[in-house]
Amino acid sequence: MKSKWWLTGFLVCLAVACFSPLASSSPDGLERVAEDKGFIDLAQEAPFQIIADYVFPGIGNEAMATILAGLIGTLILFGAGYGVAWLIKSKKKKEEPAK
Amino acid sequence: MHIPDGFLNAATLASTGVVAAGGVGNAVRVARKKLGEKQVPLMGVLAAFIFAAQMLNFPIAGGTSGHVIGAALAAILLGPWASVLIMSCVLIAQCLIFQDGGLLALGANILNMGIIASFSGYYIYRLVCLVLGDSRRGRLVGGFAGAWASVFLASLACAIELAVSGASPIRVVLPVMAGFHAFIGIGEGLITAGVLRLVLATRADLLQLQRI
Repeated sequence: MKSKWWLTGFLVCLAVACFSPLASSSPDGLERVAEDKGFIDLAQEAPFQIIADYVFPGIGNEAMATILAGLIGTLILFGAGYGVAWLIKSKKKKEEPAK
Repeated sequence: MHIPDGFLNAATLASTGVVAAGGVGNAVRVARKKLGEKQVPLMGVLAAFIFAAQMLNFPIAGGTSGHVIGAALAAILLGPWASVLIMSCVLIAQCLIFQDGGLLALGANILNMGIIASFSGYYIYRLVCLVLGDSRRGRLVGGFAGAWASVFLASLACAIELAVSGASPIRVVLPVMAGFHAFIGIGEGLITAGVLRLVLATRADLLQLQRI
């Protein structure tokens, strides 16, 4: 039986995302420096917002909205990382017989 | 350390954008030559893990928080060019979907947290393994050192970009960015070494894969 170790890894990632409401809400290193040194006001809002600041819009409970954003992002990035690697690998296969 | 739009001037945005595009292009070329069957799911898992882990800001001194970058871990497990690809996926998704990091500043963020963090983390890890031997201890110490350095050097690059853009003078912004990220790097080092320890205990063969 082939071990699906990556499925376990992916489930661990989803579990990690569920801890996201416990994250510190203090500004991060760069934000803190920008505040202290007076250039935070230079920051511009994004021209559009989808799941801005890792809070899924339209959900009253902020912890749930954060977890949902985290789960969606984790799912998307598993797909993106796997997909990019798969695409690169499938191109490699096509090139080899032509050699 | 995601730079929003507005902090960097046009010249810095353009030059970091060109370097990042060249780096990602080369990463695709290298991966096309070396990527194997086993690395495909690992790239998915690492991209997902890095996204989830980056959400978990941990507090450091004085009302400031930090989060892992994850590039050192990806580079140690898969190699620096594969790590550039993974970090680019994460940074592009954070920018487009979660409005974390500016659209125009994407190149600078890929340069700092993708390219600089991956290569510094990887080569410092390799250096420590060379000195201490390819033992479990060598790998864990190397993982910690590489991860710490990846955060520290990425923050220096970020400070230089801010300074040349005129956001803040270099003598002001460089020491404070370095100071905060010297602390944040300790968190990155502990988490990277912790994950490596877990991988060594459960799937040590993953560390034998060809590096990309």
